[in-house]
Amino acid sequence: MFSTFPAAGSLFPELTRLQQQLEEFFQPAGVAGIRSLAWGAFPAVNVGSTTDSVEVIAFAPGIDPNEIEITVDRGLLSLSGERRSDPQGQQGANTYAQERFTGKFRRVISLPEDADPAKVEAKFRDGVLHVTVAKRESSKPRQISVS
Amino acid sequence: MSDNMNVTKTDQASNIPQTGQTQNTPRQALAPAVDIAESESGITVFADMPGVSKERLTIKVEGDNLMIEGQAQIDVPENIELLHSEVRSPYFRRSFTLSRDLDPAKIEATLRNGVLQMHIPKSEEARPKRIEVKVA
Repeated sequence: MFSTFPAAGSLFPELTRLQQQLEEFFQPAGVAGIRSLAWGAFPAVNVGSTTDSVEVIAFAPGIDPNEIEITVDRGLLSLSGERRSDPQGQQGANTYAQERFTGKFRRVISLPEDADPAKVEAKFRDGVLHVTVAKRESSKPRQISVS
Repeated sequence: MSDNMNVTKTDQASNIPQTGQTQNTPRQALAPAVDIAESESGITVFADMPGVSKERLTIKVEGDNLMIEGQAQIDVPENIELLHSEVRSPYFRRSFTLSRDLDPAKIEATLRNGVLQMHIPKSEEARPKRIEVKVA
């Protein structure tokens, strides 16, 4: 039901992503890859669901919250924006590591059928964007009492 | 990508960081992505640590080892069921080895929007100097 797609859908990043997911799956617990966060699309997204809402958590450090564009269109939640490189990092004469994402990003998450696109809330704190999409009243579990 | 989803769903570890987890359990930590650049004054490190507040960030220097560690705090409803996860652990940890020309006592660190910026200055002796040539 749920699937997320990387921004620029070319084949090779997708294969790399699949490979890394497989590696992660077979990895013994407690061993973290050195670049566990570096793979895949930016921002990394976790999606969870409760009886009342769908919670989308996007890990987007270093982004001005005013510059994130969040849209809901026909059951697709789209997050887009740009992460600029840090000016102080540019001044450095020698760069030894450049693992952090820079540039434009766009991520699209398909919401479940029962999500209500009219009720979306977004919060941003410490580089984490938290989008809450309410579920339709009619789809919430109800208890029916026998009279 | 239904195959992907099977892979992510079978992982039953609590993936969305939640509040109130015990501190002393062995943890799987993620290595935050970093940018490292050197200028004449020192080395600047940027590290992505989303969800980590100032209170939950630790920067430790032991000998020539610099370690950054943080715990992301994300408030989610308690009865959440995870459908898809790319970030599997709320813990970040990474170590670096400092060279002798750096002065760990004068590290400056700022945390903004989940990005940690550290400046590790070079010790005075190690900075490049220009040697004046005296004209006899």
